[in-house]
Amino acid sequence: MKFTNMDIISMKDFSRDMIDHILDTAEKLEPVARGKERSDILQGLVLSLLFFEPSTRTRMSFESAMVRAGGSVLNMGSVEASSISKGETLADTIRVIDGYADAIVLRHPKEGSARMAAEYSSVPVINAGDGAGQHPTQTLLDLYTIRRESHLERIKIAIAGDLKYGRTAHSLCYALSLYGADITLVSPESLRMPEEIIEDLRSHNINVYQTSSMEEVISDIDVLYATRIQKERFPDPTEYQKVAASLKIVPQLLDEAKEGLKIMHPLPRINEIDPQIDETSHASYFRQSFYGVPVRMALLSLVMGREP
Amino acid sequence: MNKASNESKYELRVQPIENGTVIDHITAGQALNVLKILKIPGTSEGIVSILINAPGAEERKDVVKIEGRELKSQEVDKIALIAPDATINIIRDFKVIRKKRVKIPNFLTGFVRCINPNCISNSNEPITSRFEVNNRCGKIMLRCKYCEKTIEKNIADHLL
Repeated sequence: MKFTNMDIISMKDFSRDMIDHILDTAEKLEPVARGKERSDILQGLVLSLLFFEPSTRTRMSFESAMVRAGGSVLNMGSVEASSISKGETLADTIRVIDGYADAIVLRHPKEGSARMAAEYSSVPVINAGDGAGQHPTQTLLDLYTIRRESHLERIKIAIAGDLKYGRTAHSLCYALSLYGADITLVSPESLRMPEEIIEDLRSHNINVYQTSSMEEVISDIDVLYATRIQKERFPDPTEYQKVAASLKIVPQLLDEAKEGLKIMHPLPRINEIDPQIDETSHASYFRQSFYGVPVRMALLSLVMGREP
Repeated sequence: MNKASNESKYELRVQPIENGTVIDHITAGQALNVLKILKIPGTSEGIVSILINAPGAEERKDVVKIEGRELKSQEVDKIALIAPDATINIIRDFKVIRKKRVKIPNFLTGFVRCINPNCISNSNEPITSRFEVNNRCGKIMLRCKYCEKTIEKNIADHLL
């Protein structure tokens, strides 16, 4: 399977075989990502990080992945301190950075920016989030978490929260459709997943159910994926409180859950998960955040031609 | 009014052209959008005749006649997006020397503006819009190559 020089832009570019290969590579590299084993597979290589929007987890996990595998990182720093503040186009910025690094990680507020950057770059471009568009490395680490903590094949999963605007949920649903899945979408009426995405999933023979009640699904699922509910989506603050409370994961809700139920969240969480859950065997969200390191290390080694 | 007088009246409106292109079977009401796609006037100096809501064999249709210019296949195929049943007739010396149906192109470059205001193709970057064309059972859908948003209706409203 040829990954060398491939751009990582959208989950739609990946087949199931490709995803499996990335996840297998991540599993091989997990001890390196944990710092338990030393590796120099990325030695002598330089990664450029271009973050036009704030990020903690994504940026730092890319840095950790690169450094732990023996590579180096060039960070653009803040937009205010760079030439972009002088009005340079992204296309020009990419053509310049292209000469400084062996791969580029880009986060940018405009949708489609990573696809455009890839056209101007001779080195691989990895999309670390383009506005409300794609964030494929998040989806890959979600898939890795599901595989690692539960199972991917025919998973029974509930995805809860803001499913109307949340790109995480759209992209994950699409990827899960490659593995066959029973997906229950839990959200208030006003934040339901767009109908065209549901139709698309059903056309891939995926069972999709919709509900607004967590209690209704909790006993039947292997994974509960909670996403952030953004206050600004609600014109009325009391409506936000009501919805947030109805979808909050609290200890009592888990009384009926399967013993092996895993709870995931892309973080940062606001009020979606009660901190009391953190100490239970159900909480996978902090490990999920760590899994970003082996998954991104796998992608970096694959696209830079240093497959372990 | 009998059929003969109806036909003669129709003939009066639609006179044969000596040389040029006749685009027939355009979806009723789309003739002006066809001209917009073909950038006419602007790329043609000859007489252009437009017939809107003309009676057709099964339903009403629009017809456009462009005198003195033979349109090329790749320029007319774009009109398939709004008039999938249109036919192109190339006329020389009052005779139809070539007749073909428009073919929906697989890709469109620099032709339609993305509906997503936050798409990179709507910014000051040096790129042209690009769309993949999907034809699902006659229903045309354009998918932006950059932001992946789709345009499924009123394509003519988004022409560049």
